Amino acid sequence: MKRLQIDPIACDGHGLCAELFPEWIEADDWGYPIINPGPVPPGLEMHARRAIKECPKVALRLVSERG
Amino acid sequence: MAASALRRTPVAAPAGVARLLDGVRDDNRPVLLDEHVRLYGPLEPAADLVATLESSGLRGRGGGAFPVGQKLAAVAAQRGRPVVVVNATEGEPASSKDRALLRLVPHLVLDGAAAAAAAIGAREIVVGLARGRSNERDALVAALKERRDRARWSVKAVTDGFVAGEETALLNALSGKEPKPTMKPPYPFERGLRGAPTLVQNVETLAHVALIARFGARWFRSVGTEAEPGTALVTLSGAVRRPGVYEIELGTRVSELIEQAGGATETLSAFLVGGYFGGWTRDAAHPLTVAGGLGAGVVVAFPADACGVRESARVTRYLANESAGQCGPCVHGLAALASGLEEIAAGKTSDRRLHLARWAQQVTARGACRHPDGAARFVNSTLTVFEEELALHLRTGRCRGRDRGVLPVGSRRG
Ligand SMILES: Cc1cc2nc3c(=O)[nH]c(=O)nc-3n(C[C@H](O)[C@H](O)[C@H](O)COP(=O)(O)O)c2cc1C
Ligand code: SF4
Ligand code: SF4
Repeated sequence: MKRLQIDPIACDGHGLCAELFPEWIEADDWGYPIINPGPVPPGLEMHARRAIKECPKVALRLVSERG
Repeated sequence: MAASALRRTPVAAPAGVARLLDGVRDDNRPVLLDEHVRLYGPLEPAADLVATLESSGLRGRGGGAFPVGQKLAAVAAQRGRPVVVVNATEGEPASSKDRALLRLVPHLVLDGAAAAAAAIGAREIVVGLARGRSNERDALVAALKERRDRARWSVKAVTDGFVAGEETALLNALSGKEPKPTMKPPYPFERGLRGAPTLVQNVETLAHVALIARFGARWFRSVGTEAEPGTALVTLSGAVRRPGVYEIELGTRVSELIEQAGGATETLSAFLVGGYFGGWTRDAAHPLTVAGGLGAGVVVAFPADACGVRESARVTRYLANESAGQCGPCVHGLAALASGLEEIAAGKTSDRRLHLARWAQQVTARGACRHPDGAARFVNSTLTVFEEELALHLRTGRCRGRDRGVLPVGSRRG
């Protein structure tokens, strides 16, 4: 299974991803996304991929467990 | 290289707790190469240094406490010729142990770097030293002139600052880029200086490597605890008779360290263990271990008439200002933590304590480096250990203590 990882340097915190994938991403008190650190269940992977594709800063990616 | 008959070291291993500091001269001048060799014996190529380091249990002394043998093995397993980088930035304002080693026993540090380089097949060794440290630079340059290693050495000045010592920030500085951390992976062991697998190791770590390469893992483990063998350097400050750099056996209690320093000069209320990435404790019997919070070795004996709330607020503001300014949670979160503590210290009525705990949790593991994690740990321990003082500030707007500047914050880099 894969984890969703964020590059906090690239992220601008506008929070689009949290809207697209609320099951896995919530906003912190400043609007920056907090990503669930656990493995993304296969049933949700499609949503993860959509958030990755739509992120304007290319700040999200899926990494394999060991990565 | 040397004939095996010569490998028998004619010199006995240091028997006591003074290992790294055993040879320090009374006049505080750098120990010269011939004095160094007389004390410790020559550095011979060690048969299997990586395995020896693994069984020695040595952990990194730059704050991360990572097992050293494991890191060397990881670098050696990569493709491409590796590079060794000596992290001599020592950005923590209350720490001076790495500078002490560079100034007093430079060959111990250089031996460690040379031995590590030989063990992983590196030919190039770069020392990254914070700008303006001219005494350390002079000692290093003079020591390098005395040596006859095969390694290609260089000493490079990098920007001073708390985060500049984070390993990817240091590698960026050494590559002529801004001294700011980058996202991992790739880790330096995979892709570091000029893309080469890079071993980044703290100054003190390498000094221990120099002695383990000579005297072995069993000797290293002959002091300290089973889980945390060996000795460590501690920079002790605050209300003690003789503040300074001490070498302690790991597992030593805070109270024993303070006795070594001539005892307290006034009543103490708390101890800061592990510097600004560490935490407060009231327990004088607290045993000092690297992975158990000692980190890069800073201990502050905090006097009872100083205000832990105000001093901690000042340190938190310093950490917020030192953020590399790249990651949202670090930029906003650390500033919020600092403001929250400042409000309580100034006796503003709104109770920020729950916010502070929430924010400390929210910034943890949210940056490209561990700077916010360290700051959060410090704030959390302030909330716990100075709970009464915080309540007093909130109730009355002040407390019995003063901001005495016990915790140094250095000057903001230019
Ligand atoms: C914010 C921050 C500051 C750091 N500053 C230093 C430093 O001043 N000196 C140092 O040796 N390591 C520092 N480190 C740790 C390094 O990233 C790295 O782990 C270390 O140099 C590895 O050497 P060691 O394993 O021998 O400790 C810092 C880490 C962080 C997150
Ligand atoms: S969509 Fe991308 S840039 Fe926007 S908050 Fe999410 S990760 Fe950050
Ligand atoms: S976490 Fe903070 S200090 Fe570390 S890279 Fe991000 S902004 Fe810089």
